[in-house]
Amino acid sequence: MSSENQPTDSLKDVQDIRRMMERSSRFLSLSGFSGIAAGICALIGAFVAYKLIDGEFGFYANTRGPLIMDPANLEFRLILTAVIVFLAALGTAFWFTWRRSSREGTSLWNITSRKLFWNMAIPITAGGVFILALMMHGWWAVIAPSCLIFYGMALLNASKYTLTDIRYLAYCEIVLGLINMWWIGYGLYFWAVGFGVLHIVYGIVMWYKYERKG
Amino acid sequence: MKNPITGLNKIFDNRIRLGVMSILVVNDEVSFNDLKQMLEVTDGNLATHLVSLEENGYLKVHKGFVGRKTNTTYTVTKPGQKAFSDHITALENMIKGMK
Repeated sequence: MSSENQPTDSLKDVQDIRRMMERSSRFLSLSGFSGIAAGICALIGAFVAYKLIDGEFGFYANTRGPLIMDPANLEFRLILTAVIVFLAALGTAFWFTWRRSSREGTSLWNITSRKLFWNMAIPITAGGVFILALMMHGWWAVIAPSCLIFYGMALLNASKYTLTDIRYLAYCEIVLGLINMWWIGYGLYFWAVGFGVLHIVYGIVMWYKYERKG
Repeated sequence: MKNPITGLNKIFDNRIRLGVMSILVVNDEVSFNDLKQMLEVTDGNLATHLVSLEENGYLKVHKGFVGRKTNTTYTVTKPGQKAFSDHITALENMIKGMK
């Protein structure tokens, strides 16, 4: 800090600049446990959906037909399951990240988490509306790949505002969604791998890489 | 403002002022509270440094409201960006000279 800046001070200054730039532009408190919890929710949801479809047809088949809002209707129960899974995954993921950030003494709602939130929320909302239209048209077969692709795109967009490792998860979701387009009818399996298995693997890797010692 | 020998900017000798500039060059608009939180400094301390950066024309202040609470935000100016990047170049040269 002296006016005759020494080379060692310069190095310290550069490190400080780098730290502040990073700290102010990326949300780094995302917990690996959030990924694991979201993945488990997705797997439970996929299992429930499988049982629902299984009970209706006696085997796993892709459902077709218009959307009818009837509690006895399979589509209604599947959508209900999906909504519950989404909320449970979001809730548990939020809780683990909240726990980590409060332990690290950083605020959960700051400049970086706001950016992360909006950059994730916009593609997710677009995807949600798109998928709602698919359901209303009765195009059930392309719902799972659409979920995967939109979610992958949302993660890719969000990767600029959090740990860049999340980009690899994004690539996997997008590729999985695209492959699913050629394996129509196996959507539930692809969905379970993309939202269940990949989240758990990602969560474990992130925990191992960043949180293990702390 | 510039040290003729090293090219370092005197204004950025201070850690808080350096921190404020580092944050502002990578963010479009940052509020007082966000700056306070990231730099872990007191209100008064931060305010003093922000005033000096403003007086030098390195940042612009926007006063607004969120509900009834005042919400002051800061953005970096063109001269501020230039001064900061010159400062980093000078730091780089110092470090290169060290080797």
